[in-house]
Amino acid sequence: MGKKRVAIVGTGQTFHKSHRPDVNGQELINEAVQRALLDADMTIQDIDAVVIGNMDHFEGINYVDCWSVDGSGGVMRPIIKLTTGGTTGSTLAIGGYHMIASGMFEKVLVIGWEKNSESDTTGAITTAFDPVWDRLVFAGAISGLAAEAQSYMAKYGATDKDGARVSVRDRKHACNNPHAQLRKEVTIEEVLASPMLADPIHLLDVCPRTDGACAVIMACEGVAERIAPQPDWIWATANRHTYSYLNDATYGELDSMADASKELFSKAGIKDPRKELDVIEMYQPYSFAGIIWIEDMGIAPRGKGAEYIWSGATDMGGELPINPSGGVIACNPIGATGLIRCAEAALQVMGKAEERQVPDVSLALSTGFGGCFWTDTILHGKNKPAF
Amino acid sequence: MSDIFQNVEPMVHESRISVPYHWWAGDTASRFFIDLRDSQKIMGTRCSKCSKTYVPPRKTCPTCFTPNDEWREVASQGTLISYTVVRRHQASLPKKPPIIYGLIQLEGADTAVLHIIDELKPEDVKIGMKVQAKFSSQRKGTMFDIEYFRPVH
Ligand SMILES: [Zn+2]
Repeated sequence: MGKKRVAIVGTGQTFHKSHRPDVNGQELINEAVQRALLDADMTIQDIDAVVIGNMDHFEGINYVDCWSVDGSGGVMRPIIKLTTGGTTGSTLAIGGYHMIASGMFEKVLVIGWEKNSESDTTGAITTAFDPVWDRLVFAGAISGLAAEAQSYMAKYGATDKDGARVSVRDRKHACNNPHAQLRKEVTIEEVLASPMLADPIHLLDVCPRTDGACAVIMACEGVAERIAPQPDWIWATANRHTYSYLNDATYGELDSMADASKELFSKAGIKDPRKELDVIEMYQPYSFAGIIWIEDMGIAPRGKGAEYIWSGATDMGGELPINPSGGVIACNPIGATGLIRCAEAALQVMGKAEERQVPDVSLALSTGFGGCFWTDTILHGKNKPAF
Repeated sequence: MSDIFQNVEPMVHESRISVPYHWWAGDTASRFFIDLRDSQKIMGTRCSKCSKTYVPPRKTCPTCFTPNDEWREVASQGTLISYTVVRRHQASLPKKPPIIYGLIQLEGADTAVLHIIDELKPEDVKIGMKVQAKFSSQRKGTMFDIEYFRPVH
């Protein structure tokens, strides 16, 4: 049984803000959905099924799939909720892809959203950790990332200045993206002078809390070409969830990223990702991940990630621009964040990324990351995949 | 774009829900915590197929998915494999910052345990240093039956 080819044919995002006191969750969702439908020149009647997700405990609403139908357009349609923590947005995209690739649906609306301002984020994120082993002593999302950065620095002699360089890049890129929450350039000195949250992570090294939603419309081959002049073809997806307890992770490298990207590249026949990829939209919740995880992807050799970043290769205009949107450090409505990476990669392939467009994108990578060191990866292409 | 908030009066409804939980530690963790509480012993499970000793203990090996029913005591001393220092206060933290969190690989174990490091200044913490469990005098069968880990001098 062969799988069907799938493409992204339209995307929509809200203008993401720290607080959206003017709308409730359903209304926020609706903004993104209406923009995606407009982008694809479709109506809700054209949609066969809806996939929606957000973070557990962030808005305190259990049955988001049902509750949000007024905003999502899910009334009297097949609708499912997917939620996998930080990877929720990218898992939603992979779920939508599976629904169409299976041949069961032709056109699927995928929605990720978050009203981060409605709860205690640290408290809500802490529910992701095992209550018996991890939660009593540990809390929030930053400490695990800090331990990863410490380990990496001890192993390869990297410094917090290297991390700051990544933050400077992403915050600069964000100025080109009208949807990003934080659109202000910073200097390396400003990053290093910002308050230390958990050594070696400074305030300006990490993502903010954001209210926002993203919607992506996918369609099968034969339909996609009629909707979009240049569809964004999904070449492959791969994901990995690695462990039960925080203590089990390998610190200083991201095993789930290494394994998922290896599978992804092998599925697509990519041998040298650094040369073959044109752009990456990476779920990079803090600056040091921009150094460590590109090593796991095989973009830079072990211990050489910082050198590659300092060379300017990942800046706009460089060999392999990373996060033209400004990425997660500039904007993080968590349940939408992974799907925004996917939508931004799609915009790059479709040539619709406006001020943040990288020229001539044929292959783009988008990723998702979850606080317990999980990874989702999606490969996007201008041409139809070979399978 | 910020003028979208003009003339918006934020109407906020506060939650009055309180949802307390309690969790059963289960078969494997209960045995670990009973040994910790009653004998100040740190026990792991052994996967003979993978030749790995897991602390925290597992009923099933996470790598090969076979049942792990061999128990083995590990040392209360080990090596710090990574750490961070939390500087900002959050309601969910067990004590006031700065708090040093460490990942400690105990002698005889192949995985690390997560705990607080104390009795030294944050600037003196080093990956690779030896640390030792300080057991609590009042033990209740939780991870805080080890009060914290301290440097071995
Ligand atoms: Zn095993």
